[in-house]
Amino acid sequence: MHMPLLEVTGCRQAYHKDASADLVVLDDVNLTLRENEIVALLGRSGSGKSTLLRIVSGLLQPSAGRVTWRGKLLTGPADGIAMVFQSFALFPWLTVKENVELGLEARRVPRAEREKRAEAALDLIGLGGFASAYPKELSGGMRQRVGLARALVVYPDLLLMDEPFSSLDVLTAETLRTDLIELWAEGKLPVKAVLMVTHNIEEAVLMCDRILVFSSNPGRVANELMVPFPHPRDRLDPAFRQMVDDIYGLMTRRAPSGPKTAAVPVHPMAMSLERVGINLMAGLMEALAAAPYDGRADLPTLAAALHYEVDELLPLGETLQLLRFAVLEEGDIHLTDKGRAFVQADVDGRRALFAEALRAHVPLVNAIRQVLDERWNHRASAVRFRDELEDHMSPDYAADTLRTIIGWGRYAELFSYDEEAEQFSLDDPE
Amino acid sequence: MSDMIHSPLAAERRWPNLWDMAAILFVCAVLVTVAHVARGTLVRIDTPGATEISLDPWRLPEYAARTTLRMFAALAASLIFTFTYGAAAAKSRRAGAVLVPLLDILQSVPILGFLTFTVVFFMNLFPGQVLGLELAAIFAIFTSQAWNMAFSLYQSLRTVPADLDEAAVSFRLSPWQKFWRLEVPFAIPGLVWNTMMSMSGGWFFVVASEAISVGDNTWKLPGIGSYIAQAQAERNIGAIVWAIVAMLVVILAYDQLLFRPLVAWSAKFRVETTAGATAMDPWMLRLIRRTRLLSALGDGIARAATSLGGLRLSFRRDPGPREAAPSRARDAIWIVVLAGLFGWAAWRVFTFAAAELSWSDLSDAVLLGLVTLTRVVILMVLASLIWVPIGVWLGLRPAWARRAQPVAQFLAAFPANLFFPVFVVCIVHFHLNQDIWLTPLMVLGTQWYILFNVVAGAAAFPGDLKEAASNFRVNGFLWWRKVMMPGIFSYYVTGAITASGGCWNAAIVAEAVSWGDTKLVAHGLGAYIAQATERGDMARVVLGVVVMSVFVLIFNRLVWHPLYSHARRRLTLG
Repeated sequence: MHMPLLEVTGCRQAYHKDASADLVVLDDVNLTLRENEIVALLGRSGSGKSTLLRIVSGLLQPSAGRVTWRGKLLTGPADGIAMVFQSFALFPWLTVKENVELGLEARRVPRAEREKRAEAALDLIGLGGFASAYPKELSGGMRQRVGLARALVVYPDLLLMDEPFSSLDVLTAETLRTDLIELWAEGKLPVKAVLMVTHNIEEAVLMCDRILVFSSNPGRVANELMVPFPHPRDRLDPAFRQMVDDIYGLMTRRAPSGPKTAAVPVHPMAMSLERVGINLMAGLMEALAAAPYDGRADLPTLAAALHYEVDELLPLGETLQLLRFAVLEEGDIHLTDKGRAFVQADVDGRRALFAEALRAHVPLVNAIRQVLDERWNHRASAVRFRDELEDHMSPDYAADTLRTIIGWGRYAELFSYDEEAEQFSLDDPE
Repeated sequence: MSDMIHSPLAAERRWPNLWDMAAILFVCAVLVTVAHVARGTLVRIDTPGATEISLDPWRLPEYAARTTLRMFAALAASLIFTFTYGAAAAKSRRAGAVLVPLLDILQSVPILGFLTFTVVFFMNLFPGQVLGLELAAIFAIFTSQAWNMAFSLYQSLRTVPADLDEAAVSFRLSPWQKFWRLEVPFAIPGLVWNTMMSMSGGWFFVVASEAISVGDNTWKLPGIGSYIAQAQAERNIGAIVWAIVAMLVVILAYDQLLFRPLVAWSAKFRVETTAGATAMDPWMLRLIRRTRLLSALGDGIARAATSLGGLRLSFRRDPGPREAAPSRARDAIWIVVLAGLFGWAAWRVFTFAAAELSWSDLSDAVLLGLVTLTRVVILMVLASLIWVPIGVWLGLRPAWARRAQPVAQFLAAFPANLFFPVFVVCIVHFHLNQDIWLTPLMVLGTQWYILFNVVAGAAAFPGDLKEAASNFRVNGFLWWRKVMMPGIFSYYVTGAITASGGCWNAAIVAEAVSWGDTKLVAHGLGAYIAQATERGDMARVVLGVVVMSVFVLIFNRLVWHPLYSHARRRLTLG
């Protein structure tokens, strides 16, 4: 067996916050990458998988732990590691050919060879006729092909892909995936291994040989799965479906251990809330209550029917679970009686049910109301709540949580909020 | 509203708080000052003390107040101009065909060359009164502000999103309502930014325009500018330091009390739906929003403005269906009228020039123009070589960029002509070459436009492109050439256009300076205009100003416009 291409041991990434608590994004992550495999890092947004990718690429230094690349310690961007970006990251002022040649130019490859290699890479990826075009003139799919060609042209041993298909539409993404896998299976890609970040379960099962499932907050490798199917894979194969189902189950089962349920009484400021809007919740509950689901649905099926990715559906489901409108279990979601009552209620009734659920299950709402009730002028600055939230979570999470609670509280008419003064109040909204 | 609590204490909220008391005092102080200063403008010019400048530092607060008031008078005039000229240019096709190119030319005319004509004009309008001089100074500031404000409004009006326009039409808003409900709010961020930039530039001109000498007459309007001029004449270095301190305070107050709050406030009119990086509100804006009386006052003004804008005023009976195809005949009449005007203007210029000037005068002026052009080019190259790397360095470090940006804006607003005497003293003392050492004065105040635009550009450089460059290990010269330079280029050009325009203007005051009886003159078109002004030689002032305008126009058309459109076409992101 070959020496592993890449080894990550005991990797931890923490951001220093104030003097007190560090914010841990990645904790004790181990990863070994060998030749001839495609590995997926699968997880929700905020699980640190993109951070890990940046550590592997040398763009970021981990707070602790070591990364070795071909047996040597990795200290910065290295030869032989090339990255494909979610946002394509093409230089708009360079033509397709110049973009592709950039990495070669940085290595001082002579012009003649540069042009030959760029042309070959563009032909391989199906962009032969676009060499002189500017990125602006291309569609999203074509742009990502340029991103791929730019990475492949340097003959990297390791190709890193950061959610490469998630800003493309469904059909374009599928074409690109199958093209890439075909090239890989035929041995035409000049790479030895691929590491990709994704939040799309089917994509991971379709493309990869090994899947590392990440848990969130802090990011850890929760499960490691081998995908035994040979390429080309069939999405409709029952074994394929079963594997997708199983992974959904894994990702939902873990949720109840997170801070989002109040099984153990949590500090009111320690519960982070996803940015889930009222309409989205109501819409999902209505869809669940109606045929063909009649109150219970299989998550992958539901996701496919609603054109949602796991990344979008899970936070929504978990929020409904938090408010006791629905329950998630083993890759299924089903409505509770409260949820059904909500669906059947009129506008005022829904608001009342929602307010009741908020007061019962979201301690932050009660904390805000308590402060407002105590104040003589019934006003309170949002900044103090944000500060308190930041003692328990990252500033981004704190901002999201605050935004969410403002939206929920306004809808439930539990308090109003003045955006300009950044104040909560009990005033009648004008 | 079952959960809402109607507090019995609600009434208490109407009581003023401590901030209100401070605010009331502040407002009263402003009113008293305005009244006091305004009285000074209505006296006769030969009243004792009306136009004499005392170098007593204790008089500086009053002088500073008068200078500031001039700025605001000019600002008011500029706003009126903007809302008439800019709106007319955007709304009427025929007017636009004339007004827009005219604006473009007016933008390139060196304002300080104007001063001579305007002083004579306004002095004739109000013979023997200080008001004439005041108006001349205000007009000079106005000409430095109005053009780009009007351009900003014009451009915003032309780019109102089609969907919003259709919504306004489908709700049957009258043109007046549409203007105030849709078009003006849409134009506000750009207009506020340009107004503030104009104000920043205006400090330079207010200082330059307060002490005016035409021929044998020298007039000094009480203000910081004439204080400096007096100090220069009396070789009083201490007074110059005092004036600089006073100006620092004024600019700081302008920056903190007006610039930052207004720009932050205008952000809410941005149409883009992505929440940008929200910086902290400036303290002044927070004060206004939290102070009950001030915010009530603000609300009152807003409500009045809203109802005024909501009036169903309509100049046409019924907007009805879109106007029919423009009539050919009227277009023809319009063109004939314009051609007539153009012919008349050309004839006037020709007869005037033929009587007073010879061809050798023209060649002199052009030659000197080339000298000044060389200076401008060298200065721009030097300033770019210095400030672009520094700006990029700062811009790529968010913590530094946040601090550097306001400082650079502040420096751009500070009238550099206050520092001229300091340089002059050095040149005189060390017997330095005037042609070389007077040159840096031209760029003293305008180089900061390059710096803060480059900082903004580098700070806005997308993170994913930085990562991509780093991932492919693009370093050194290749990084500058292919990654960073193209990325900041459109920002750089924006800053450089302002900076080079400012250089031309500054040439008029920087190429000929004096320290007591010592006169320092460099060769150049700026000195040519300044000296002609001093001699009261109208014809050569006109010639100098026209030649300089042509130089600026050609420079803009041949250098900046192509660079700018290239940047816009190729180098913008997204």
